[in-house]
Amino acid sequence: MPRIDLEYFAQLGEEAGRRHETRVTDATTAAALYDELRGEYGFSLASERMRVAINTAFRPWNETLADGDVVVFIPPVTGG
Amino acid sequence: MAAAPVGLEALREELHLARAGGYCAFEGWVRETNEGREVRGLAYESYEPLALTEGQAILDEAHERFEISEAVAMHRTGSLKVGDVAVWIGVSAPHRDAAFRACRYIIDQIKARLPVWKKEHYCDGDTQWVACHHTHGLEENSGDGECHGHHHP
Repeated sequence: MPRIDLEYFAQLGEEAGRRHETRVTDATTAAALYDELRGEYGFSLASERMRVAINTAFRPWNETLADGDVVVFIPPVTGG
Repeated sequence: MAAAPVGLEALREELHLARAGGYCAFEGWVRETNEGREVRGLAYESYEPLALTEGQAILDEAHERFEISEAVAMHRTGSLKVGDVAVWIGVSAPHRDAAFRACRYIIDQIKARLPVWKKEHYCDGDTQWVACHHTHGLEENSGDGECHGHHHP
């Protein structure tokens, strides 16, 4: 099972009650990992409203996760 | 990405090239109200490594799309108060049309794509992350009017 580093930003950080964690997961894709975390933390945002970054690049939600990946879920951005 | 105020004159100097005939800038400020609520200040949080690569990609796209000389963009992070400069875009070009258009392109793309999040602090003591109605945005010209507050105590 892959060991994934996660960072949480904005409302995801508040809802998870943490800014980062390392997690061993059954999830094989970013989408499945978000579903797992949403079940645990009750994230209010649906994945359809977000993007996902893997190893500091935007990647498709169906990307297969590898051991050591850094995964960051990107809520709707509000800069500017 | 800047955690503290940046000297705008130094940013402008990066644009002041002999091949440029002028420059234009967009300066975004913290406004005193949003959605009818009085704003005391706000805090920006960013995923900085991705914000830097995405920001550079936006500037590279501006160079590809428009006949410009140089482009510079700065976005603040951390706590800001009403009136502070939150974002600064400057573009120099041989001719003004490309400078105006590229400047507009860059600020629109920053608002749609840069991994930065704004938390507003209101005069009544409440705070909330600002959320946008639109799906994670790659649509052009996303405007302020599409954003609303989403309460997270």
